[in-house]
Amino acid sequence: MEKTESSVLVIGGGVAGIQASLDLADKGVIVHLIEKEPSIGGRMAQLDKTFPTNDCSICILAPKMADCFGHPNINVWTMSEVVGLEGSRGNFKAKVLKKARYVDENKCTGCGECLEKCPTKGLPNAWEQNLTTRRAVYMAFMQAVPRVAIIDPEHCRFLLEGKCGVCKKVCKREAIDYEMKDVEMEFDVAAVVVATGFDVWDPTPSTEYGYGKYPNVITAMEYERIINAAGPTHGHIQRRSDGVEPATMAYIQCVGSRNLKTGHPYCCSVCCMHSTKESMLAREHIEGIKSTIFYKDMRACAKGFNEYVERNKRDYGVEYINSDATVQGQTENGNPIVSFDIGGKSQQREFDMVVLATTLVPAKGNVELAKRLGVELDEFQFFKTLDRTLEPISSSRPGVYLAGYCAGPMDIPESVAMGSAAAAKAMEAVVQREVPS
Amino acid sequence: MSDDEKRIGVFICHCGSNIAGFVDVPAVTEYVKTLPDVVFATRNLYTCADDGLTSIKESIKEHRLNRVVVAACTPRTHAPLFQGTCQEAGLNKYLFTFVNIRDQCSWVHMKEKEKATEKAKDLLRMGVARARLLQPQEEARVGVTPAAVVIGGGVAGMSAALSIADQGFPVRLVEKDSELGGFVRQLNSVYQDRKDAAEMLKPLIDRVKGNPNIELLLNSEVTSADGFVGNYDIVIETKGQERKDKVGVIVLATGTKEYIPTGLYGYGKSPNIVTLTEFEGLVKARKLPKMSSIAFIQCVGARGQDKSYCSRICCNVSLKNAMNLAENYKNMLGLEETGAVTEAPAAQMEAPAEGGERRRGRRGRRGGAEGSEEEGGAAAPKLEIVIFNRDIMAYGIEHELTYNKAREKRVRLVRYTPKNLPQVSIEDGKLVIDYWHETLQMQRKMNPDMIVLATPLTSQADAKDISMMLKVPVGQDGFFLEANVKLRPVDFATDGIYVCGTCKGPADITEAVMQGIAAASRASIPLARGFVQPEALSAFVDSDVCSGCGTCIEVCPFSAIRKNESGKAEVTIAACKGCGNCGATCPENAIFMNCYSDEQLLAEAKAALQEAKG
Repeated sequence: MEKTESSVLVIGGGVAGIQASLDLADKGVIVHLIEKEPSIGGRMAQLDKTFPTNDCSICILAPKMADCFGHPNINVWTMSEVVGLEGSRGNFKAKVLKKARYVDENKCTGCGECLEKCPTKGLPNAWEQNLTTRRAVYMAFMQAVPRVAIIDPEHCRFLLEGKCGVCKKVCKREAIDYEMKDVEMEFDVAAVVVATGFDVWDPTPSTEYGYGKYPNVITAMEYERIINAAGPTHGHIQRRSDGVEPATMAYIQCVGSRNLKTGHPYCCSVCCMHSTKESMLAREHIEGIKSTIFYKDMRACAKGFNEYVERNKRDYGVEYINSDATVQGQTENGNPIVSFDIGGKSQQREFDMVVLATTLVPAKGNVELAKRLGVELDEFQFFKTLDRTLEPISSSRPGVYLAGYCAGPMDIPESVAMGSAAAAKAMEAVVQREVPS
Repeated sequence: MSDDEKRIGVFICHCGSNIAGFVDVPAVTEYVKTLPDVVFATRNLYTCADDGLTSIKESIKEHRLNRVVVAACTPRTHAPLFQGTCQEAGLNKYLFTFVNIRDQCSWVHMKEKEKATEKAKDLLRMGVARARLLQPQEEARVGVTPAAVVIGGGVAGMSAALSIADQGFPVRLVEKDSELGGFVRQLNSVYQDRKDAAEMLKPLIDRVKGNPNIELLLNSEVTSADGFVGNYDIVIETKGQERKDKVGVIVLATGTKEYIPTGLYGYGKSPNIVTLTEFEGLVKARKLPKMSSIAFIQCVGARGQDKSYCSRICCNVSLKNAMNLAENYKNMLGLEETGAVTEAPAAQMEAPAEGGERRRGRRGRRGGAEGSEEEGGAAAPKLEIVIFNRDIMAYGIEHELTYNKAREKRVRLVRYTPKNLPQVSIEDGKLVIDYWHETLQMQRKMNPDMIVLATPLTSQADAKDISMMLKVPVGQDGFFLEANVKLRPVDFATDGIYVCGTCKGPADITEAVMQGIAAASRASIPLARGFVQPEALSAFVDSDVCSGCGTCIEVCPFSAIRKNESGKAEVTIAACKGCGNCGATCPENAIFMNCYSDEQLLAEAKAALQEAKG
């Protein structure tokens, strides 16, 4: 494929950013894909399966991650973030800071020798929702792309105290580099695609759900890792309090969302469906498990979704109760007690486990990134689109386009479509830049 | 080539300890050396690392290898790398084969190392048997006609056409109507900011008309399409005139129509029972009668009542109209009602007047009212608005905020279940809704002056014909079916044809615009590259054996097979993906897969059944 001189900067290596990068690269445009984490893949890589087809999430995403990393026109910059953007549509100069990984990406083959020998153990594994631990040198996750280890400078003994050096000794590829420094890079780009995704809301401050107080109340993202075969329990659903397999589970919807008190009055657009999926999967993991979903409105409103919910009721016996619900205490054996309301009458029921469908919120970094990019955010701190009807891809700054959840709630297919759409808008900037010269 | 001496080289990867930790790699390597035609076998700590790749290249030269086998992680991520390495060393990349001994062996047999080693030997014996029969292949490079046709001139089609045009390619925009705008033209307002629909459309239509790369063909239809990605011969018919054309890609944006609820909720029995779109039309034409009460019924004919799906947008359209009525009722009234027109038209006769019964009804309702009954202000008209719903689909930010606002206004939201549908009847010319109140657990009654039935968007009447013409699928819901609902939302499985907007399922304007631009991105990939070069994994038909039964044409998911002039099946190599469906179903055994021949597969199967010696 012929390469052109034009480049585009894509910020965020989740499914939206990957799609935008692939579309542009397939047209011969050079893409600099900037990812702040050690691996691309984003949130979709963390999910177990996807609704409404129950395809394994990482299994359908991994080939795209590999295509992206292996594409001759895509440069994947992990551990990196954009620090500045000057110029205008067609002629931007983007400054990017690549943080030290302390492992040479060109040498490391991801063999995992160092991961087994590092003596600094027991550090919380945030990617696994802190349900398991990692060491000071670690792999982002099993299917990470690039499949390269990373050293955590806040805990590595050699970097902190100059002692240890075990990883360097065991690495046959001589990939460990304690001297590695952060590097600032500059790229000339015709357009920018912002695809920085979302954060998962922490329900600890909302005391009505007992999260953090009752061990058998967990978040949906924790559940996604628990039910995943590559996750901390190898796909066995078990209670945090005693490791026992649950026989009854409750799913509480709209935790933190559709709620003025939390500052997230909007609907997150995905939790009705992911709870439906999660309860369906529970039944595939544990025969005879009884699941109940407490919901406000069952928003099964895209292709195949209503049918999926009906199938869950009919074939999986999942009970849907139209009520707000809270967790009011737990029994002696650690069963959370769910309080809800039927026909105006308050009721209580205990469950072995409760999964909270916590809302998805704008990424913490949005405020700082928006400042660096010179674009506006909306009142909730999602990236603001130029016109909600006809310009849903354009940000407030010409030449900077938006894709995925960073622009507001949406699901995977919408993020993929928006990734492609952002690529189209970026391509227009590339083409129109070349025509006059 | 077939008579040439086979010289097979085998490279077995340790993958650090990922494979070597569970499989005895040295033993497997020694075993492989005993297999026929293997002239060289070695193992690498990492075959994919620079030294591993160098060892492949050097061995090809040194040992004159003409077949290469790598046994390692997974072809999904690494096959292209090794194929490229072979090519660099002057070996056709189709003379390479991958044996998966990590993902499908060491990782799944971590607790049974001896069996894992035996399985690795079996897999390699199979791979070598296959390698022996590999043939070099040439990839065909086919040129692309750098032009697109977009079928449908609604918001999705216009957005697609504009973006393809702005990416530098000529577009034929084919609209069967005499105007652009599609479904949105029937609407009074759009729910984003409740802007006037025509005003919203105007800049988009102007941009389409002013774009030098767009050729607008109104009153036109694409009546035939033949070919494959990059090379479609199409016929466009305009008012009986046919025109032949060539395009590289096709974008489908044929839109939607509203479901007509014949026989449901008294539809057709009163002029004051209308669908949501008819209601929009009344408002747009300023023919709304004076009312004291209006009811919206959601999910009419949807979510299992007739269609199984939820139509996604109707809750939000009803909410928009309810808010409009709550805030702006006076200004929405028919021209007749506001006195702008002096004559007394028939519509006024049909409009229910304020009556004693109504006032009694209002008082009665007040007793057990579930919604807020406070007035919007001294000047606000006294209009009761009720939305009967199952769930309000106010997904995302704006819809949910509108939903909240509607609840603050006087809009009453009454939930019903499929077991307790609201019942509509007409008594003495007046509309009656009997309904079960879930919260109050009692049967109730209201007398609205107008009932608006929110019915789902459905597929167009010609969706089936277009599906046949382009050989693209429609789903059970009647909408076009994309290649993959998750990761390929605007592609068809057939390369070169794309889909966007409401012809693939209910969507709002923003979503249709987004999908239109997304389809433009996908469609302009082959246009920008200027050629298509499919992998040489094609099927071939032996026309001497082919009986022309057409079975292969039916099972081909990529529309890559057609009948030629002599009635025999013929594969379009550029469209074939080598999936093998046709080869497996051909009753005459006339179809041959060039990279997965029967010979190769049988050789692998035979090798699998042999015992490993050594």
